[in-house]
This record gives sequence, C-alpha cells and structure tokens, in this order.
Amino acid sequence: MTPGLWELVLKGVWTTVQLLVLSALLAAAVSFVVGIARTHRLWIVRFLAGFYTEVFRGTSALVMIFWVFFVLPPAFGWQLVPLWAGTLALGLTYGAYGSEIVRGALGAVDPAQKEGGIALSFTPWQRMRLILLPQAVPEMIPPFSNLLIELLKGTALVSIMGMGDLAFSGNLVRLALQESAEIYTYILLIYFVIAFALTRVMRGLEQKLKANVGKKPERKVVVPDPVGQGVGVIGGGGS
Amino acid sequence: MKWDWGAVADFMPLFWDGLLVTLQALALGSLISFVLGLVWALLMRTPTRWVRWPVGVVTEFVRNTPLLVQLFFLFYVMPEWGLTMSALTTGVIGIGLHYSTYTMQVYRAGIEAVPVGQWEAATALNLPVARTWRVVILPQAIRRVVPALGNYVIAMLKDTPMLMAITVLDMLGQARLFSQQNFQFTEPLTVIGVAFILISYLASLLLRALERRLVH
Repeated sequence: MTPGLWELVLKGVWTTVQLLVLSALLAAAVSFVVGIARTHRLWIVRFLAGFYTEVFRGTSALVMIFWVFFVLPPAFGWQLVPLWAGTLALGLTYGAYGSEIVRGALGAVDPAQKEGGIALSFTPWQRMRLILLPQAVPEMIPPFSNLLIELLKGTALVSIMGMGDLAFSGNLVRLALQESAEIYTYILLIYFVIAFALTRVMRGLEQKLKANVGKKPERKVVVPDPVGQGVGVIGGGGS
Repeated sequence: MKWDWGAVADFMPLFWDGLLVTLQALALGSLISFVLGLVWALLMRTPTRWVRWPVGVVTEFVRNTPLLVQLFFLFYVMPEWGLTMSALTTGVIGIGLHYSTYTMQVYRAGIEAVPVGQWEAATALNLPVARTWRVVILPQAIRRVVPALGNYVIAMLKDTPMLMAITVLDMLGQARLFSQQNFQFTEPLTVIGVAFILISYLASLLLRALERRLVH
C-alpha cells in the first residue's frame, strides 16, 4: 500500500460519509412524513403512505439504484449527479423501512396520552408535536440505530454504479496491486469502525432523549429487525 | 417516457433464467444461514469465554460490514488462498454467512424465551445436556422463531441482486446484460423491480399465514 493508494481510500471514505449523511437525512425526513401519514385520520392518506411503504420496502435497494441511474434519465430527460442519485435511491428505500419504525413507536404510546390531548382540546398537530412525538422519538432510537448501520452497508452498493466510495476504492487498489486480501481487510475494518462509531453516537443520543422524558435507556440487546417485512419479531423486536 | 412491450417479450426468457438463479441462491443461502446461525447461537452459550468471545467478535464484525465487500473478499481473496469456487457458490456462502449473524440473534432470543421451568424439568429428569437441547429446548425455541427467520429470508431475497457484482447472472445480472446488449434499460429494470415487489409481498403473506398457524 503506497501513500497514493491510501489517499484513494481516504477519498472513498469521504464519499461514503457524504452519501451516508445525505441519505440518512433524506431517509429520516421520509420516515417521519410517511410514518405520521400512516396514522392520519383520512383513509386515502393512510392508503397512499402504506402503498409507498410496500413498494419501496418490497423492492431491492440495488434494483432501485439501477432504476434511478438508468431509467429516470431517459424517462424524464434529466440526469442526476451520481451522489444525488445514490442519495435519492437509498433515502427513499431506507425511508420506507424507517416509516415502519415511526409508525410502530407512535402506536406504542399509551392511548391515555392521546386522550388527554383530546380532553385538553389540542389540535391533531399539537397532539402530535407536544404529546406523541416527544414520547415516541426516544423509543425509535434503537431501531433507527440498526437501520443506520444497514444504510451504511447499503451505501457500498453505489460502487457498482462506478461511484468512488470506499468499496469502489477497494476495487481500484485491487486492480493496481493485483492483490486483494490486504486491501479488502482494510476496507472491511474501516466500515466496521464507522459502524461502531455510529452505534456509540446513537446510544448517547438515546440516553439524552430518554433523560428528557424521565426514562432510563434499556440495556437489553435489541434483536435487529430485518430490513424486510414487519411481521412480528419475538421479544418485541424494533417496534 | 416510452414503453416497448417488444423489449419486455424479448427479455422474458432471460428473466426466467435469472429468477431461477435468484431462487437457487435464496434457498441455499437461507439453508446455510439457518444452520450456521444455530451453530453460532449454541456456541455463544458455551460456558467458556474462549469460545464466546471469538464467536461474538467475528459475528459482530460480519454483521456490521457490507455484504457487497464481503462478497468481493470471498470472490477475489479465496482464489489467492488457493480455494476456487464458482461465482454462485461464492455468493451463496457470502449471503449465508452474512445472514447467519442475524439469525443467530433470532435463535438466541428464541432460546431465551423458553421458560426456565423447562430447563429445571430436564435437570429433574436427569436428561443429558445433548438430549435436553435436542428434545426439550430447541423444538420449543425454533417453533417460536420461524416467523422471524422468514423475515430474514425476505431480506435475503432483496440482497441477492448483489451477486451480480461478482458475475452471477441473477435477475439483475440478466437485466443488465440485456440492457447493455440492446440499449433498452427501462423495460428489463422495471420488470425485475416489479418482480421483486411481487415476490416479497407474496412471501410476506405466506409468512403471516405460517405465523398464525405456528403461534397458536
């Protein structure tokens, strides 16, 4: 490994981190909008949000990435910069998974809290903002933390489209050195370190948010919900 | 946006080939992940930490790193170490290994959910350890975890397109090949996108039915 090749890997790390942050932001926005829409009182809003979730959760992230890269440009006559195309595909897909977390956590808030809000004649939006979300958001953090790790792993998919992320830099180094064991070990280790750091940050966030509503963080290990259909997981799973 | 049904018709024979490969990879990958996950889960319950720690570290590592890079690792590094496998075999092992680190947690939760009384009864009956596991604990644990395992099969289905990156001609591989030969991207990619939605939706319906039967 020469310094030049390390520079390549560092550039890859930077691209991966950028992609991760952008698509996590988009996914979070989609999760909350769609998740809250699924508790809306109008059936058509619930139906559309549910339809979105089923479609984006049903298909594979990689197929979605191909679709955004190859089908959207000729169909609509515009082309996205690879970074934004990757963000769009990952954000929409993982946002669909996230919306299930939001819906589950909102549904898990004690119904008496909502009734209290009605008794105080809060508007639906006030109930959501002042009563439901402050109690539901801390509960969302552990499953969101798992989803964030899944998203980090998902960012590697854009390398197939030729975007210069961490996984792609691994391929370049392999071609340059004609030797793969060393570089792929490093790449895997770097991903692991990023994932570990993210888990720590999310744990800190959970402690902080739970302290705000007077709860202690759970110390039991959460069985990660598969990035799949939300059929009941034993032990409660994520939601 | 133009849609060409002729391209869809041309693509369909390739689509069925790809579907077959995808389902093969899924079935074998699931099998490996179910067996290996159980092995990990049992190893994590051995009394000595010299077994638990290495297994814990390795599985944690595999779970937190991208499957795609693991596939590259298996595909490019194994031949360097003198172990040459076909692309599909590599992919199946990669997926199975990756998901075994998830199923192990499912099994663990299932084993922990078996009431303590069952363990005590096995001790009271003087059953040897192997027999306790085989006829008392595991039958009850596995029954509980089938729906959760099914969820991971669906998750695995959606990760099979990654095998395309190591030259396996699964559904996405076939679609890409067809697109590059005919310069028609919209139809094949949309067809397989819809196919994934349909298959995973049907699978989830099936799973819900199975769950209802098993739980009660």
